[in-house]
Formats: sequence, C-alpha cells, structure tokens
Amino acid sequence: MKQAAETILDVKGLRTVFRVRAGEVTAVNGIDLSVAAGETLALVGESGSGKSVTSLSVMRLLTRKIGAIAAGSVHLKRKDGGVRDLVSLSEQEMRSIRGDDIGMVFQEPMSSLNPVYTIGDQISEPIRIHRGADRKSAMDAAISLLDQVGIPDAARRVKQYPHELSGGMRQRATIAMALACDPTLLIADEPTTALDVTIQAQILDLLQKLQRERGMAMLFVTHNLGVVAEIAHRVAVMYAGRIVETGPVTEVFRNPKHPYTLGLLASMPKLGDATRMKHAGEKLAAIPGVVPSLMNMPAGCAFEPRCKFATEGCRKAVPPLFEVSPHHRSRCIHWQEV
Amino acid sequence: MNAPLLEVRDLAKQYTSRGSTLTILQNISFDIGKGEVVGLVGESGSGKTTIGRSILRLIEPSAGSVHFDGTELTELSASQMRRARPRMQYIFQDPFASLSPRMTIGEILTEGLKIQGIGNSKERLDRARKALEQVDLPADAVNRYAHEFSGGQRQRIGIARALTLQPEFIVADEPVSALDVSIQAQVINLLRDLQQRLGLTMLFISHDLAVVEYICDRVIVLYLGRVMEIAPSAELYADPQHPYTRALLSAIPSPDPDAHRNRQILRGDIPSPANPPSGCVFRTRCPKAISRCAEVVPALRETAPGRFKACIRDDLNGSVS
Repeated sequence: MKQAAETILDVKGLRTVFRVRAGEVTAVNGIDLSVAAGETLALVGESGSGKSVTSLSVMRLLTRKIGAIAAGSVHLKRKDGGVRDLVSLSEQEMRSIRGDDIGMVFQEPMSSLNPVYTIGDQISEPIRIHRGADRKSAMDAAISLLDQVGIPDAARRVKQYPHELSGGMRQRATIAMALACDPTLLIADEPTTALDVTIQAQILDLLQKLQRERGMAMLFVTHNLGVVAEIAHRVAVMYAGRIVETGPVTEVFRNPKHPYTLGLLASMPKLGDATRMKHAGEKLAAIPGVVPSLMNMPAGCAFEPRCKFATEGCRKAVPPLFEVSPHHRSRCIHWQEV
Repeated sequence: MNAPLLEVRDLAKQYTSRGSTLTILQNISFDIGKGEVVGLVGESGSGKTTIGRSILRLIEPSAGSVHFDGTELTELSASQMRRARPRMQYIFQDPFASLSPRMTIGEILTEGLKIQGIGNSKERLDRARKALEQVDLPADAVNRYAHEFSGGQRQRIGIARALTLQPEFIVADEPVSALDVSIQAQVINLLRDLQQRLGLTMLFISHDLAVVEYICDRVIVLYLGRVMEIAPSAELYADPQHPYTRALLSAIPSPDPDAHRNRQILRGDIPSPANPPSGCVFRTRCPKAISRCAEVVPALRETAPGRFKACIRDDLNGSVS
C-alpha cells in the first residue's frame, strides 16, 4: 500500500435511512471511510450489517421511495482531477459519473447483463455514451477489453449473448464493462459470491491484476473473510450499520481488537484445523444470539447483547472508534482486553 | 468403518431431451458405515444434490443400486418406500423455501408423523416439542409461523423436522450454506452434537471443504458427476491425491494473513454435461493432464487402505503440492 497515494473516495459521516411503515430505520449510521488510488478497501460484514447499503449510497443507487442519504458526504476525485461531493449531485450528473469515473461490478452477473443485447453491445455502450465513440471503434475497444479480462476468442465472444457464456465468463464480461472508461474507483459488491471456488480464485486474481495495472481505487464488499485476506489492503468490519473495526488487513486479522471481529474469525472453520479440533473435542466458537433488528437497536454498543466482554458501561452509549495503532481502530471500550 | 448402513453401487442419472442425453451422474459407488458422517463435496453441477436425492428416491436414479440396511431401495414400490422413509430424512439448504409459510411450526413438525400414522395428535405435538428442544429452540415455537424466525432458527426447525421421525440416516444438503458465518458455526456445532448424541449416520453435502472437514469422517470429492477421490477427512486434507482435490483445496481463500499463498489457479470452466470431455472429465482443466488422459476413463482405484482415486497418474503422489 502506498501511503502517499492520492485519496480517490472519501466518505464522511454517511447516514442512510429507509422509510418503513413504522417510520424510519437507519441502515448505515455514520460511516467514515476513504480509499486511495491503487488501494483496495474491503467492507466486510454479515447480512444486514449495512455493507451493501453503504456501497449503493456511494453510487447513489438507492431508490428515493425507499431509502435516502440523510447525512454525510461522499467525495470522489474524478478523472479530470476535480473533487465532487456525490451526495449533492443531480441524477443527471450522477449518470455522467457512473460507468465513467466509477465502475461497478455486482454479485449476479446474469442479472447485471441485459439478456437481449450482445456482450459487445453492452461493453461498448459506456464507451459510446461517455466518450462519444462511434460504433466501430467502441466495438474494437470492447474486444480489447474482453481480451484483457481473460476471455479467449474475444472477437467472436462480443457477438454472443449473456446466456451463451458461463457464470465465470459473464462475471469477466461485467468487469470489462465496469472498466470500459478507465474508472478511478471500482466498486465490487460481492463479485465472487455466486461463483464456484475455483472460478472465484480466477476472478480474484483477475481483479487484483487489473487493479495493479490501472492503479484504481477499489471498494470491495464481501461477507467472506478469506476473500478479504486475499484481495484487500485495508478492511472495515461492519456491524449493525456501523464500522466496528478498521485497519490494515494483516494487522486486524492477526490482532483483532473488536470482540465481533474476533468472534467472526473464530467462528470460521479453518481448513486443516478442523481435524485437530475434532480430535481435541473442541467446538467452533460460534457467536451466540442474532444480529439486532434495525427497528430495535440497543442504546449502547449494538454488539453488547452477544459480547462476552460486555459490561454495564457498554450499554450506556455507542462507543467511539478508539485508536489501537496509527491506522487501526476499534469501536469497543474494552479493546485493550480483547 | 462399521458395517455399512448404506451401500451405493454404480448409481447413474441421465436426462434425455430432444434426442440429446445429459449425464449428470455416472458410476457412483460408496458405502456409509453405521454412525459415520460422509461428506459429498464438489462445485455446481458436480451432482452432489442429485446423489442425495436419488438415494432417498426424491428423484429416480436411472441405474444403480442403493442398499439400505439389507433393503434394496430402488426396487421398493411407492407404498413400501413410504414405510421405509421414517428411517431416512432430508435437511434442505434454503431455510426460507423449505418451510411452508402457511403452516404453524407444530403442523410442519408433525406432518411426517401424521402421514406415517404415528401417535395421536397430542403425542405428535409432544414429539414436535421434544425435537424443538433438541435443536435449542423453545417448545412453544409450535404455535408460531416460519416468518417469525431468523434464518438460523429456521434451519434449526428444518433439522427438528428431520428428527421428529427419529431417523437413523440423514441427508443434509448444504444445511449451513445460506447462513451467516457466526450463525453457521452455531448450526454446525448443533449438527455435530446431535449426530454424536443420537448416533446418526449422515451424508453431508457441501461445497465448503472447511465445513466438511469439521463435521465428516470421510469425504467423497465429485467433479461433473464422477467420483474423483474418496478418503478419510484427516488424510484428504493432509495429503490430497487427486489433482482436482488439490486444486479445490488451494482455491479456498484463507483468512490467515500468514498463510502461504502459492495458489494453483485452475484455468477454464467446468465443462457442460451435454458435452463432457473424453477420458477423464477433469483433464481439460487439469494441470497434470497427459495425452492418455483423453483416451481412458480412469477407474476409481484403492491406492492405500481406505483411499480411492480416479486418476491414471500414479507418478504424481507426494511429488506435487
């Protein structure tokens, strides 16, 4: 990680709320994060932690009817060097940024591709829209992109429809689409979750290679801690709408300072370790209980009801992020004991 | 291994459509000992679920035999099969799709007992309550509906449903795949406890090799409907013999930042069952394939006591990682 690299994405105090019958629930509650050029930040958490809502908020892809950004700023450094707060932009301005300055890759390649257009049409579309390229040169660019994402026989593949490609190939095609206009920021939301493990390995390898070559900033959303260790430089662990721990991946995973991170790591069955545990009669260290409902959040630390370190003090107020080391922070008043 | 409770021989499943034949399973043979937990691992399309469902005849196999405690299941009539079913139960993957939203948990848990004509309604409800306690859910859940429970709790209900009939054999089909990791660990621990406490025999289907290692005594590795390797779990993980098993293990991302990452990335995609490669089905992606792999279908051979592999390259053992 280059410490001096320029910041591409800078999110401050992001709060996203959903309208429900009973009023409003806060899905993302005051998130700060930043990603520099050439850096990958992984946003990790379980269902309902707010990781996808965070990435959708950054892209401004929340439907106004159901959800909205209630507070905070999302500053993006664009390709021309200008910095804009995406929260304040109109939908039309956002459309000129999505697909151009921000590339996006989602979980389900089949639902992010249009079944009635060829792969080539879909990859060349952003080039035609954002660059004003003509059909022919956009298609040539699409062929070169497919080649870069490792799709063999690219000139033939651009004429095919999504259903003619395998799951792994489709995800490569959506990556080509996301990269078509050389974005400064790539947002990848669970891009390998729907894939088999051998295909996942291919896609992670590809994303890493492309990021190195292009020096993009990458925001990588996942629930899989193994994938985080594989791809990211820094990690932000989310729980119930807040970042509870953040820092360099090696430091956070080697030396977790939030009970939730510790619990997540301990509850994962680890390859090679299970046989030993089985013989020793040890159990997986499951985290008891369930994630609290957004409708009914505890007053203090949201993890307190499931936490073995919890004390009276945890119930009083939401803990701030404590500095563990210069780049490592934990939202736990007991972090020194963890 | 104890005396086998289940013996599967040459199980096959084919689908024919518009004149072309899809071979989903071919020559699947294995035993499961009484009280043993056998894992079935493989990627999408490897045939894991088809094997699990064929054994219980939730789908009909095209060929092969399934011997369960002295009875040939494939020859039973529908009514004979229904009488045999209480001894073998199925746990499904999706805790949302596998529980009816219109039935109370009590109705869901007693339905099997009712079909089997076991007990009166009060006795059946007692059994349902007992099954709920076995999976650490409150007995009063019988009066509630599935939507009132979280994913992890629903999966416990699915497990309780399999237990009400007091089966000896359970097929657990990806029972923890839909769950978050912290909840997954709770359910894995529960399944292992129940298996040991009740002496259950289990076929555990999963794509997650780490989960399989934790819960299974032996593991069967599948690829495109064929068995690649069978081994006791400890040996399979310490010393995988088939090139596919090796690749599969090395593809799993580890959360340990100090882990060695000399990962072997398989090229290409899983072939289509409509057009499988000649010879060894794995050869198109195998880093160790030689020309003869295209000519012969490798037989599943015993290479050491309890260890089987379907690969002609014996020269690889111990020499590659």
